[in-house]
Amino acid sequence: MSDKIIVSATINDEPTDMLVSQRDSLLEALRAAAGALGVKEGCNDGNCGACSVMLDGRLVNSCLVMAAEVEGSEITTVEGIADADHLHPLQQAFLEEAALQCGICTPGFLVAAKALLDENPDPSEHEIRYWLAGNLCRCTGYDKIVRAVQQAAAGTT
Amino acid sequence: MQELRYAKVGSVDDAVAALQEGGPTARVLAGGTDIIVQARARARDIDLLVDVKGIDEVMQLSFDADGGLTVGAATPCYQIYGDAAVREHYPALIDCTTLIGGTGIQGRASLGGNLCNSSPSGDSLPVMYVLEATAELAGPGGRRTVPAEDFCTGPGRNVMQPGEFLVSLHFPPPAPNSGAAFLRFIPRNEMDIAVVNAATQLRFDGDAVSWARVSIGATAPTPLLVPEAAAALVGRPLSDESIAAAAAASKAAARPIADMRGSIKQRKHLAAVYTQRTIAIAADRARG
Repeated sequence: MSDKIIVSATINDEPTDMLVSQRDSLLEALRAAAGALGVKEGCNDGNCGACSVMLDGRLVNSCLVMAAEVEGSEITTVEGIADADHLHPLQQAFLEEAALQCGICTPGFLVAAKALLDENPDPSEHEIRYWLAGNLCRCTGYDKIVRAVQQAAAGTT
Repeated sequence: MQELRYAKVGSVDDAVAALQEGGPTARVLAGGTDIIVQARARARDIDLLVDVKGIDEVMQLSFDADGGLTVGAATPCYQIYGDAAVREHYPALIDCTTLIGGTGIQGRASLGGNLCNSSPSGDSLPVMYVLEATAELAGPGGRRTVPAEDFCTGPGRNVMQPGEFLVSLHFPPPAPNSGAAFLRFIPRNEMDIAVVNAATQLRFDGDAVSWARVSIGATAPTPLLVPEAAAALVGRPLSDESIAAAAAASKAAARPIADMRGSIKQRKHLAAVYTQRTIAIAADRARG
């Protein structure tokens, strides 16, 4: 007996049907069934934040959500944060501040940082570091990421 | 690949029925931040996740000055620390909900899940203990209420019976001239499991402490209430001596293990230090 189910959700403003196994995480469904390869698997247990997405307006680790849970939900991944012609100011700031090296953490940082600025457009350095504590980066040492978020918040990109 | 089924339920009765039908390999899914890792890693024998987040009672957050605060078992941390009434009346709940995991975890993780996971280091448990929280359980035999401090029976173990699940937590209204605080020691700023944590609630009658509760975590198979620490504080004004006596009582009550997070000696020392510090913050809050 197949345990496959169809889960319908709005992903980056597009109504999407995903054929998933009941044991799949949202992370697996987004990558395999919705083609959102910007959602990265890092630790797969909620420590690293590489799989960060927005689920009905809240920042979550998609590895800790069951795919079956998101029926009828709205999901935004890194693929959904730029508009058609322009990078999001955070993406531009990450480029200008060289806030990435290997890049696997970057989609999660962008989604998490956008969630912060949507809630708090003028965060302090402490607030940025605290908000992003659930996103790990082994390359940059974080300073460049914090500066990029500050730059995007200041609107100087 | 082991089968893992998902079922969403819309009422307490349906949840109880699904858990009974699923038997010992069925588990409740709330925020999922512990159970999804366990279920998918096959660390536990789990083949059915019963999602209870469609039940209003399990997702509630309501306060009134006479009745106190009721928090649904699956109400996520961000909703708790974003609530004006919680911020005003239960700052110790803000202390713990803002440092459980990172922002993404707080978008899903719940107090109920923290209690049901029954880890000795669960960061909201000492707060529940000192705030005299009670857990409302629903099961095949109906409902029952269990004081938070009687809930955990060992690491990962608790009083819930087959078919039972946690519906909500209730916190009595704060007494006049009372204050509570929670602190956690970890070797970094965020995102770690407590080496030791602690919470204190104090009530004052004039200058004297009239009532106290002290709880320490990650120092025994379950979080502990330390009545000897409370007794050292009650009936007299707070002083360096009474605080030191309470701290010594916590150190004496702690019976920790040594592991990669800390030694027995360090944990006993921290139990004293964090008792002392939470007393000071609780007293400041009580005096407004």
